[in-house]
Amino acid sequence: MKLIFEISKKGRKAVQFPELDVPEQENLLPQDLLRGELELPEVSEVDIIRHYTALSRRNFGVDNGFYPLGSCTMKYNPKINEDSARLNGFAQLHPYTPENLSQGALQIMYELEQYLMEITGMDQFTLQPAAGSHGELTGMMIVKKYFEGINEKRSKILIPDSAHGTNPASVTLCGFESVEVKSNDKGEIDLEDLKSKLNKDVAAIMLTNPNTLGLFETQILEITKAMHQNGSLVYMDGANLNAMVGITKPGDFGIDILHVNLHKTFSTPHGGGGPGSGPVGVTKELSRFLPRPKIEFIDNKYKINYNMPDSIGRVRAFYGNFGILVRAYTYIRSNGFEGIRAVGENSVLNANYLLSKLKKHYHVPFNRICQHEFILTDKNLSNGVTTNDLAKRLLDFGVHAPTIYFPLIVHGAIMIEPTETESKETLDRFAEIMMKIKEESEKEPETVKAAPLATPVSKLDNVLAARKPVLKFEDKIIIPQ
Amino acid sequence: MKFIGNIPDNLRYTKEHEWVKLENDTAIIGITDYAQHALTDIVFVELPEKGKKVEQLKPLCIVESVKSVSDVFAPISGEVAEVNSELSEKPENINQDPYENGWIAKLKVVNNDELNNLMDSENYKKYLEGLKE
Amino acid sequence: MHYIPNTEEQKEQMLESIGVKNILDLFMDIPQNLIIKDNLNIPGALSEIEVKRLMENIANKNKTMVSFLGAGAYNHFIPTVVNHLLLRGEFFTAYTPYQPEISQGMLQAIFEYQTMICNLTGMDVANASMYDNSSALAEAAIMACRIKRKDKILISKTVHPEHREVVKTYTNANSIELVELGYYDGQTSIGPHKDFAAIIVQQPNFLGSIEDLDKISKFAHENNALLVVSVNEPTSLGILKSPGSFDADIVVGEGHSFGNALSFGGPYVGFMATKKEFMRQIPGRLAGQTLDSEGRRGFVLTLQAREQHIRREKATSNICTNQALNALAVTITLATLGKELKTSSLHNLQKAHYAANKLKNTGKLLFTAPFYNEFVVKVNDIDKVNDILIKNDIIPGLDLGKFYPELQNCMLICITEMHSKEQIDKLVSYCNEWVSPSDVAEQRGRAQTIVSDEVANGLKN
Repeated sequence: MKLIFEISKKGRKAVQFPELDVPEQENLLPQDLLRGELELPEVSEVDIIRHYTALSRRNFGVDNGFYPLGSCTMKYNPKINEDSARLNGFAQLHPYTPENLSQGALQIMYELEQYLMEITGMDQFTLQPAAGSHGELTGMMIVKKYFEGINEKRSKILIPDSAHGTNPASVTLCGFESVEVKSNDKGEIDLEDLKSKLNKDVAAIMLTNPNTLGLFETQILEITKAMHQNGSLVYMDGANLNAMVGITKPGDFGIDILHVNLHKTFSTPHGGGGPGSGPVGVTKELSRFLPRPKIEFIDNKYKINYNMPDSIGRVRAFYGNFGILVRAYTYIRSNGFEGIRAVGENSVLNANYLLSKLKKHYHVPFNRICQHEFILTDKNLSNGVTTNDLAKRLLDFGVHAPTIYFPLIVHGAIMIEPTETESKETLDRFAEIMMKIKEESEKEPETVKAAPLATPVSKLDNVLAARKPVLKFEDKIIIPQ
Repeated sequence: MKFIGNIPDNLRYTKEHEWVKLENDTAIIGITDYAQHALTDIVFVELPEKGKKVEQLKPLCIVESVKSVSDVFAPISGEVAEVNSELSEKPENINQDPYENGWIAKLKVVNNDELNNLMDSENYKKYLEGLKE
Repeated sequence: MHYIPNTEEQKEQMLESIGVKNILDLFMDIPQNLIIKDNLNIPGALSEIEVKRLMENIANKNKTMVSFLGAGAYNHFIPTVVNHLLLRGEFFTAYTPYQPEISQGMLQAIFEYQTMICNLTGMDVANASMYDNSSALAEAAIMACRIKRKDKILISKTVHPEHREVVKTYTNANSIELVELGYYDGQTSIGPHKDFAAIIVQQPNFLGSIEDLDKISKFAHENNALLVVSVNEPTSLGILKSPGSFDADIVVGEGHSFGNALSFGGPYVGFMATKKEFMRQIPGRLAGQTLDSEGRRGFVLTLQAREQHIRREKATSNICTNQALNALAVTITLATLGKELKTSSLHNLQKAHYAANKLKNTGKLLFTAPFYNEFVVKVNDIDKVNDILIKNDIIPGLDLGKFYPELQNCMLICITEMHSKEQIDKLVSYCNEWVSPSDVAEQRGRAQTIVSDEVANGLKN
């Protein structure tokens, strides 16, 4: 398909501005500040619509079909959320609008914090972080500030070997060193290994619960106790919160800091890779370290409080990804307490049902009741068909691939998260496709290995892309052979 | 079946899969056939700076494949005297010819005795066979 | 209203297939004393009719009138096509394009975005987006320190105060020293500093002035440091020379001005671009061109070995989710504006100068440096002025005293292509009450003497 630059035609326009309604002045800027040619495409409105519509048809979203991408919670994104965020009162509101003219926006943020506090059991929230990993970074900064406050130097953060890659990256970005904690044969944090790594240099543990194997950490209370006895904090990555909303609260297991992903649990769209939103919740003791500013409700008015002397500072300009907050707020109000609990229940029901069907055919490294997601491997596939081949073949059947080769501790991992918004019929069909591919691996492995066959492009050459990087369009570009 | 690859007799090896060949006080180093195979297609080599001093088994530079980034550890202490700048354009040389065209750097060696800390080809072969897949 | 399709009967069948009696049995791994017994204390479910009504009511509590606020969030024309295309579910309900064969739409759009950002900024490589200008700037500071292997950054006080705060939060956590440079007549002044990784300036700066990038670039490079330029109002690039033409090393900025609503400050979209030599040091995702097995052009996420999911603790950044959909809005907007972006930028320039000229006649402009669509005026009593304007359904410009103690009673006024002459005239008509020229001279003098360099508080831990 052509690039927008390749359909450009000199002199064509898609926009017209009104005549300038003020008297034009000459030489407002010195000549040496002025730009020469502006290199942007020249296209018509219909060109734009057709080009980007064509591009959208070469893309796959939840609206297109089943999207069982593990740890990403690709649930349905309700359309009413989009309409809410586009209401004039929200969309046209400038972030520096005086407080008394932006009470509605402040109300959304204040109440959303209250709901998140109730759902997670944390004492205070910030809505500033723009994504999950941004929340992790915020959390690690709070850890750092907490220990500075009590005059202790601690440099290490424990991270389970099954953790998401953002965890160790966030730790490094804060000047901490990460120390890996092993998983045991049940797929949980090995408590003995954890205890052996505890000392006065350990600032915190960064764990995910349910963990990335889709399992609830059954020893969570022992873990938080051991950490607290060591004077350390417990950070929970809330990427998998969908499994526990309305069922149990991280605040009740002794979690000190938690981030939630509004673009996972609270149904805001992933947007092809963002925008997300990663609010961070903390205990009362840590609340003074939260990013500045904070929304407060005093004398029946919402106020923005900048006076937070112990705050880690800002992690973002303005107040966070506000439009995403409006969507999450809309979702929580639509669902209500009943709906939120149903989310937790049904996400786990759907995962276990699908597991019950697939475990007859695929190798399951941890054969037990799972939470919202579970792991299979490619061990039972024949003729050298791998996890990657299976993932690509799934695309041919009109479903998105699961998360693959993650977590790293399971060889050939296939991580499946159906979410609560999928029907039994969809799950049954997916199970059938998975069985069919397994059968193919026995009878016609070449088909599976050649996949995908029904997609707009076939297998793409990642090595070529990385060896000879072409990262922008240039007129004289020669496509490397 | 596990890939062991080619293991020339005249080289010494580290547990991190680097090889070294000593010529007078110059050590030529690179990564082994086993390492290039495990890394898969190498797409980039961040060559060390000339003059950089490095201790035995400390990170020297980085090789990058599509799927991973790995440190290359110095098999022997020394100062970087020369680098294989051809790898900037053709990182695939490491995949195709890890022991000749795919050499990474030449170090001016401080202490030849350090070679004794490394494996010979026979021991490296045994070491590879003992590794879990 | 919930979004769960399975019927009670189906749920029973599913439980049977699993081999448990009821749903709560699936939570037996959770210590039972941790299971919530009561309902959550949040409001009950609402129907779509009720939710719609509720959200409209809350939205209506916000007042969106004619506004002269800019300061990092700008009211620009958003072509109608943008929203229609963004609402295509194939784009907005997709995840990050990790399966390129069914994500060519987003990947190609990112590639187009990267190209447009490079062209506008005059740089070689742009990433797929960052959270916003402020976090992109913080990442640029860290990137510069990594490249130069130094731990000191100079940042001008004329950089957006909230962006400076974010940079400070990040550099604090990384033990990087941050030195703030003062300003003179609205432009950065450069002092006798040494041994720094980079100097950060904003163009046009927060006070509206256009910086002397030529001079600052020389200063940076003479000191073997990088020049980082932040473009908070990128519509200025429709007429201004690109930072790349001043030999900037890293250019970051805010893309929201292109096709993204004000939305009370977010979601916006940070952009970041650099020279080819720093390609592997740039944080975040990159889309690159390649071929499929049949030789057709396609796009993939590339150079991923820099990123957290592969490199973990050694990654160039922890960024994962970015602002892809906002970047798509930027792409579609820039495609729609095309070369007419220049017309739009000229309207910003002309209208802002029309307004400023009317005010200049009575001596109310604080600075004399060239500006684009924002400028500072001095008033007698800013609270009084704000009251008058709001009573007349005008949201005033930003009270700079909030961020700059030396700029009490100073207002940052922003005028874009969206303002009509009538609206500008109305604003000016309330200005006669504002201030006398002698006050301005006095204020200008004070601002210049007070604002010298200082090490930002609490740094160098």
